[in-house]
Amino acid sequence: MPSKKGILGELIEQRYSYLFIAPAVILFSIFVFVPVIASFFLSFTRYNMLSAPVWVGLDNYYNIFFKDPRFWKALRNTTVYAIGVVPVGISISLLLAVAIDQKIKFKNFYKTVFFMPVVTSVIAISVIWKWLFAGEKYGLINHWLMKMGISPVDWLMSPTWTLPAIMIMSVWAGLGYNMILLLAGLQTIPNTFYEAAEIDGASGWHKFWHITLPLLRPTLLFAVIMSMINSFQLFEQVYIMTSGTAEGAGGVLDCALSLVAYLYEKGFQRFEMGYASAIAYILFGIILIATFINMRVSRSRFEY
Amino acid sequence: MTNPIKTKNKFTNIGVYTILTLGALSMAIPYVCMVITSIKPIEEIQSYQPSFYVHNPTITPYKELFSLLPLGRYMLNSLFVASLVTLCNVFFCSLAGYAFAKHRFYGRDKIFLLLLSTIMIPYQVNLIPGFIIIKNLGWLNSFYALIIPNMAMAFGVFLCRQYIMSIPNDLLDTAKIDGCSEFGIYRLIILPLIKPALATLAIFTFLSQWNSFVWPLIVIHNSSMRTVPLALSVLNSQFGANFSMMMAGATVVTLPVLIVLLGLQKYIIEGITMAGLKG
Repeated sequence: MPSKKGILGELIEQRYSYLFIAPAVILFSIFVFVPVIASFFLSFTRYNMLSAPVWVGLDNYYNIFFKDPRFWKALRNTTVYAIGVVPVGISISLLLAVAIDQKIKFKNFYKTVFFMPVVTSVIAISVIWKWLFAGEKYGLINHWLMKMGISPVDWLMSPTWTLPAIMIMSVWAGLGYNMILLLAGLQTIPNTFYEAAEIDGASGWHKFWHITLPLLRPTLLFAVIMSMINSFQLFEQVYIMTSGTAEGAGGVLDCALSLVAYLYEKGFQRFEMGYASAIAYILFGIILIATFINMRVSRSRFEY
Repeated sequence: MTNPIKTKNKFTNIGVYTILTLGALSMAIPYVCMVITSIKPIEEIQSYQPSFYVHNPTITPYKELFSLLPLGRYMLNSLFVASLVTLCNVFFCSLAGYAFAKHRFYGRDKIFLLLLSTIMIPYQVNLIPGFIIIKNLGWLNSFYALIIPNMAMAFGVFLCRQYIMSIPNDLLDTAKIDGCSEFGIYRLIILPLIKPALATLAIFTFLSQWNSFVWPLIVIHNSSMRTVPLALSVLNSQFGANFSMMMAGATVVTLPVLIVLLGLQKYIIEGITMAGLKG
């Protein structure tokens, strides 16, 4: 693009363009670019916000990977959470999306009802479910379990059941968003495919397996990746549902400690800013790798 | 609207309605439970088994709630922050989106790509330096901390740019020949034409700000500056066992959003889904 006028002349001529992008670019530089880079450097330091950061090289990463069982607990919990919530959530959402895509009445009513948790604050959702999961006979879920002859569980006080409780709640909360997403994908599939299949005498299940699923693949992949990225960022639910049950941010015996909860505890309760930055970068790496694996797996499994 | 696996008989139809109705019930029950518990006297919660019937409805939990916390003030805080952040995003993102879509200037594509690449970065990476910056600016416990860092989102710039690219250049050239200034083109031609994109952006931004929790948790430590989700979380850590009051709190936070959802369901569902797809 540079011309005879030289770069300076160009810049002057293009001053409106720069003026127009200036607010966004300046805000971005201060609150996104600088922090991303600063965070990277901080992860190689020890910094408690009282004295200047001390360069420690790879110590934080070394300690996290080799000397910190709580990090591994957090990684394990977060992975279990993601592996549980993503497939179950997406499968139920797909079932709902296919159901709502039929010729039915009250379409908008159903969509709106399923969308309620999407617009509700995660904090409010967690508070509500804390009540549903309440121990003994008070909570609705235990009440129903008892009615079905299953012995009640003290969901949020037991190290075994806290994480599953959070997972159940998260599947519930994510259904609406994933359903609407998949529905949008379903509606891009041309009807002619189904008509042709029908002439060949394909059953409903055949049509789903051989037309809907392959053609929905891009949307499905997108939904899985988004849902997985979200899962790895699990925090608010843990923060609310385990509050008051133990020291630290992860509940009894760290039974629900997630990566971000651990990052929060290290960074903002103990002010180990360098260590917390290293956790943040590890999280970033995990998300990148998981996204990459997802894309590879889905590509190799159904190549058409 | 298409209907992929055509419902052929009554049997499939009943199946579809059963699935959807069961699903809808499971969505609604927690909310119903929330509202009912919020008007139940504490004795009823303790002495009866959970039931959807309230023997003696009461507003005591709400009275308790509002006497413990200045919830009105918190709602105003949230409303103020969410509205201002939304306005700024609509303005700054459309302005930048216009320049990126229709202007030719040095470094345009590189800057845009840099902006776009930040969408992939999880927000937790920015949390710690963000906090340090806000602290050094002396903005902890202020509206500045809640508003200024959120005034422009990469996703918004991207959304506006995509939309503006579809506007024919001839339209802009004609305006220029007629002597319209650059800002005039933006205000008189671009803005009216991208209203749907701006509505999407506005809904998405407002809701995510209204429900925002982690950032306020980190930068607000002073009780009068709390936003609504933050207040609910404080309530949870101090009075978590008082379920009727907690449910009153959840109702106060949730009901306004649900009412807005009912009124604007078409725009909200489309807007958020589109935001997700494009973001």
